[in-house]
Amino acid sequence: MALDSKQDTNKRDFKIVGTRPPRPDGIDKVTGRARYGADMSAPGMLVGLVLRSPHAHARIKSIDTSRAEALTGVHAVVTRADFGDVEDGATADTLDNCMAGAKALYDGHAVAAVAATSDAVAKQALKLIEVEYEPLPHVTDVDEAMAPGAPVLHEGRTNETVPQGMSANVISRCQFGHGDIEAGLAKADRVLERTYRTEATHQGYIEPHACLASMGSDGQADLWCCTQGHYMVRNTCAAILGLEQGKLRVTASEIGGGFGGKTTVFLEPVALMLSKKAGRPVKMVMTRSEVLRATGPTASSSIDVRIGMTKDGRITAGFAELRYQGGAYPGSPVDMGAMSAFAPYDLENVRTIGWDVVTNRPRQAAYRAPGAPIAAFAVESAIDELAKGFGLDPLEVRLKNAAREGTRASYGPTYRAIGLEATLRTAKDHPHWTAPLGPNQGRGVACGFWFNFGGDTCVSLNITPDGTVTLTEGNPDIGGSRASMSMMAAEELGIPYDKVRTVIADTGSLGQNEVTDGSRVTFAVGLATIEAARAAKREMCRRAAKVWGIDEDAVVWEDGAAKPSGPNAGEFPPMKLEEIAAIASNTGGPIAGHFEVNAEGAGVSFATHMVDTEVDPETGAVKVLRYTVFQDAGKAVHPDYVEGQFQGGAAQGIGWALNEEYVYGEDGTLQNPGFLDYRIPVASDLPMIDTVILEIPNPGHPYGVRGVGETSIVPPLAAVANSVSDASGVRLADLPLSPPKVLAAIRSR
Amino acid sequence: MSKIHVTTTINGDPAEFLCEAGDSLLDVLRDRLSLTGSKEGCGTGDCGACSVTVDGRLVCSCLVLGAEVEGRSVETIEGMAEGETLHPLQRKFIEHAALQCGICTPGILVAARSLLERNPDPTEEEVRYWLAGNLCRCTGYDKIIRAVLAAAAEMREAS
Amino acid sequence: MVKVRLWGSLASAIGDQTEVEIEAGTLRELLDGLAERYPALRPQLDRGVSVAIDGIMYNDSWFTPIKEDSEVVLLARLEGG
Repeated sequence: MALDSKQDTNKRDFKIVGTRPPRPDGIDKVTGRARYGADMSAPGMLVGLVLRSPHAHARIKSIDTSRAEALTGVHAVVTRADFGDVEDGATADTLDNCMAGAKALYDGHAVAAVAATSDAVAKQALKLIEVEYEPLPHVTDVDEAMAPGAPVLHEGRTNETVPQGMSANVISRCQFGHGDIEAGLAKADRVLERTYRTEATHQGYIEPHACLASMGSDGQADLWCCTQGHYMVRNTCAAILGLEQGKLRVTASEIGGGFGGKTTVFLEPVALMLSKKAGRPVKMVMTRSEVLRATGPTASSSIDVRIGMTKDGRITAGFAELRYQGGAYPGSPVDMGAMSAFAPYDLENVRTIGWDVVTNRPRQAAYRAPGAPIAAFAVESAIDELAKGFGLDPLEVRLKNAAREGTRASYGPTYRAIGLEATLRTAKDHPHWTAPLGPNQGRGVACGFWFNFGGDTCVSLNITPDGTVTLTEGNPDIGGSRASMSMMAAEELGIPYDKVRTVIADTGSLGQNEVTDGSRVTFAVGLATIEAARAAKREMCRRAAKVWGIDEDAVVWEDGAAKPSGPNAGEFPPMKLEEIAAIASNTGGPIAGHFEVNAEGAGVSFATHMVDTEVDPETGAVKVLRYTVFQDAGKAVHPDYVEGQFQGGAAQGIGWALNEEYVYGEDGTLQNPGFLDYRIPVASDLPMIDTVILEIPNPGHPYGVRGVGETSIVPPLAAVANSVSDASGVRLADLPLSPPKVLAAIRSR
Repeated sequence: MSKIHVTTTINGDPAEFLCEAGDSLLDVLRDRLSLTGSKEGCGTGDCGACSVTVDGRLVCSCLVLGAEVEGRSVETIEGMAEGETLHPLQRKFIEHAALQCGICTPGILVAARSLLERNPDPTEEEVRYWLAGNLCRCTGYDKIIRAVLAAAAEMREAS
Repeated sequence: MVKVRLWGSLASAIGDQTEVEIEAGTLRELLDGLAERYPALRPQLDRGVSVAIDGIMYNDSWFTPIKEDSEVVLLARLEGG
């Protein structure tokens, strides 16, 4: 449901929301006390390790585990044969990805696993497993995979949207838009046609996947893991192992980064199966190499763009055909790329086509606004090139074509109140826009959009006898959300922030929660927190009414206390929360408020990014000099954490634009499975990242909150590329803009 | 093959352990001494999440063998606070919201303390280059650098 | 009767009709009605869609009310990261 709380708008005077109190998990995290996925142990626990395919594509003819099983210290060996069948298509793919069946589909694909008394014994055991592979031809490039005659991964997965005669690696086709493209292009003074390419990148979280599984012979199991969604882990593992969901209790550890890459399972079903067979707890931790080879990077792409513009900057038509490969299974985010590509613009004629393609690469997982940064790179670069070609100001051109409230979006619905124009105007008025630039320096801008989500959410707010509050929720905290929940609860209850403790409960404590993704937590869990607090307030007012002997309707909640209201209510001094809590047992029992909802009404959010770079004409190296993020947050509950999301998304986008890429060899194996050669931004690569938070309230949330976590990664790829183009005089359409590519482009100019 | 017996000092306390020849100091800290504050992000010395000091020298503990700390003095994140009193760096990190997921935080705090012991008045650039061996994926480093500079200022004031 | 806008691939499945009319008072009635009247849409409906009603996105809420003059747009199933 979308909650329509007309009395709640950003005009309300907040006491706590909007301030910057310290986070509750701060001390644990700065002292090393916080427990992450690999920080747990259990008595008798075994070490679990995975055997992985060295081939990019191979039929698995046989697996002989007998010698491994015979090794002293080995307590269980697991292969696909230990798992039953799974009905649901997506879960079946997940199982196949966690443990290969008939074929190994990428370099690093898991084919077997062992549990042993030590790391050394487990490693030895892996060497004793004999796998007979029949290597097959492989394909890792998206366009090559679509070509007729390409090596085929799966037969019969293509769906009805794909025309006859295409490679079986083409799984689906989608199309969005309205109007008449050709007619629109005919009206343009210039039509730009260009093909853009991006390479796969990884979310790059510093914490490798880790879990500790303990399954008893009675079919009950406990699992500790780092994840963005322990309810998702519970449900997926239960389906894969044939367990009832209630029998598996999953506890989420603190998480060392996710960004979408931990919204699925890799080790967990395997660890549970090993534990089941061994009769002991099994701990599994990935190495960095395994993380890069065999978890979920994002798609690589090839995109054809045609955009028509008049010489005064009006876009007459926008077309993009996007081809994304999502690794070895269907499900690349090409549909979201196709929907979001032109979302910032008010266009009479727009069409996007998206193709989902499989290749011999690890199965993609969500990465912060999945699909959108890639599409925005292409469209925002093209718009910039057209604008510059006419000698027009790139911000003016975007303002001229900007979507507003009432615009029909390129992906279909009509926008309600949105903040794009505000971000563009603020950017234009900002001193960064007119700051002087030196030789070999350039400035670029780009816009970005993201949908933001709601989803299943449960919150339970409980009041202790001494009047402190425990808030139980089910969403792992990846960016400081516990602080924001405590703030919203304290705001609603009218009590100090430090009287509220927010706890992320295990799956036994609440029914179901959507994963921490989609920029949903401050929005959806916040909304549920507010409603749970309101329920608790109503109950406390009822208790006060009973004590005073007056009607329930004659009591209101104000400033942390129940007060009689109305002319005939009577003269009673306010009863504070602590006082009501102290007599809870006498007045009916412990006091709580709870709220369960499938939250809808999340507001879309827009951003404009501005970046200055300097290009070294002798080496092609790019230095980022200055960066400013302008983004609409609806209502910033805790501004430090909103700024943090803006800065973190920008940094990942900069890495994606300049250095990060998956490099595959001729043999289809990953050449750079480590942080040395998969180069993410380091402290000396970046300047301070300035942030401007705009607040155009989301009508679908009591405080106006919009999700912020994802939108900030959408503009940087194009903003950086546009800046590099401005600095060097060359246009690059192929990410990353690594020094050799930039240098080659400069030299061939 | 028998294990190696090591006698050392960790965060000022005497410590003894047995380890395999090939065990890294990180393995020993985490798995034998239950000091899980130092993290393994890569195992190859590229991310800095395992940073500790050995005889005052900043190192990646994944690149030091457990046996190498015989007779030496090791300082980890667990020794940074003194009882209830946080180190100024730790306080500033919380004040400046210089952490999001926090996994890189122990390594960065150890590295930053090491910097400030050598250079109590670093420039922003010096801080950035000193911390270039500590990867953070969440913050974009902005608030981290501000927190380190703020801690440095407070520590200079106090001395 | 409610007017429903379909995205391109869905429209192509039913002869390029980008807009159809269907009798429905709730989200579930809408999806059931579409599946019944236009069997060619069933595979995609089974795979999952999101529905935007007057600019708000809904995923699975069956009893979401739809008014006669609501703007209803069917979209590909949306997911975050």
